[in-house]
Amino acid sequence: MTDPGTTPSQTVGPFLSIALPWDDGPDVVPEATPGAVVVHGVVTDGDGAPVPDALIETWQADPDGRFDHPDDPRGPGPVPFRGFGRCPTDDDGRYAIRTVKPGPVPGPGGAPQAPHLAVSVFARGLLHRVVTRVYFADEAAANAADLILAGVPADRRATLLATRDERGYRFDIRLQGDDETVFFAI
Amino acid sequence: MTDLVLPAAYRRDDAVHPPLLSPGYGSTVLRAPSRPPLLLPHTLTELTGPALGEGRVTEADADLTIPDGGTDGGTGGGTGEAQGQRIVVTGRVLDGDGRPVPHTLVEVWQANAAGRYRHRWDQHDAPLDPHFTGVGRALTDAHGRYRFVTIRPGAYPWGNHANAWRPAHIHFSVFGRAFTQRLVTQMYFPEDPLFAFDPIFNSVPDPAARQRMISRFDMAETVEGWALGYAFDIVLRGREATPMETPS
Repeated sequence: MTDPGTTPSQTVGPFLSIALPWDDGPDVVPEATPGAVVVHGVVTDGDGAPVPDALIETWQADPDGRFDHPDDPRGPGPVPFRGFGRCPTDDDGRYAIRTVKPGPVPGPGGAPQAPHLAVSVFARGLLHRVVTRVYFADEAAANAADLILAGVPADRRATLLATRDERGYRFDIRLQGDDETVFFAI
Repeated sequence: MTDLVLPAAYRRDDAVHPPLLSPGYGSTVLRAPSRPPLLLPHTLTELTGPALGEGRVTEADADLTIPDGGTDGGTGGGTGEAQGQRIVVTGRVLDGDGRPVPHTLVEVWQANAAGRYRHRWDQHDAPLDPHFTGVGRALTDAHGRYRFVTIRPGAYPWGNHANAWRPAHIHFSVFGRAFTQRLVTQMYFPEDPLFAFDPIFNSVPDPAARQRMISRFDMAETVEGWALGYAFDIVLRGREATPMETPS
């Protein structure tokens, strides 16, 4: 159903970085947090060129799978959790978010979802944000049971998997092309 | 086993928004995904969202004209005033059912009166204004209302096509209550002669929806002897009628 009254989206344009980055934006959790990992990668366009004027935002549950939000019927976890990360890409198209792996969140039919981050990508040239999810390649059992991942064509599923590397997890975002990242309509 | 009652899903409004591939706006050509997005059911991840701003936003952040003020360490010196037409921009953040969205973060950024952004990549041959940062933040109040004091931005040329000019606009970033409601848009000014030539404004397919991006001159919001007033309501997605029940 189309809502006739909503305000249309427009691009963030090339100058978003005067307004949207925060000093602590990339820190979903402070550096000393047990289990903290860096999710990082590069955003590229249809030519494989880095996108230096994008903004990545992440949203996620806490390590217990709870959201610090009034609409989570289970109530908040024991510790306040911002759950939100925000990082502009640099001149080489790179971003990095420091966070902790979320716990399981109920999904379709009440089945637990594999740990995931919701991701919004904004950029010059994107008239509306594009939405994807970070899953973790080292959660093979949880990923295999995840109903949303199961709905993604098998040959594209790997675009949603962050892989372990020396900094934490690598998650590149390819806006366009043969190995284009899977994006979701929400 | 008890049923977990989730809040209602948000109504989809894809038809309101511009197609990602809008070739008139050249930057979309290599950046728009070429495959259709996969439909994602709304789980708790999508039905919740960040509550931001408490402790992060001060009252001064809503005034883009304060010398040495703003939120990005503006480099203004002394006590001068920002140049240009001082304006008040105010309105409400609402959901698609007309309910106010209280205590939500609204971020704005814009060019100065001469049409120049305070950004290292903006090479437009127009002056920077040491007393204008072009950046503001506010939280909506209990009634969903926000209010900024700023300068009417200038139009500016861009490289999209020959003799291309952006109509004057203010960028708005709004969170709403849930991840699904996140919106970035641009606020325009009434009767701008550049509308007809702007591929970004016209990327919105429905002419009636385009009108919802245009602010309204509002005499009631002017401040006598000091500033003109413009009203701009932002409408985020509303909810489906029924909550979803899932066994847990």
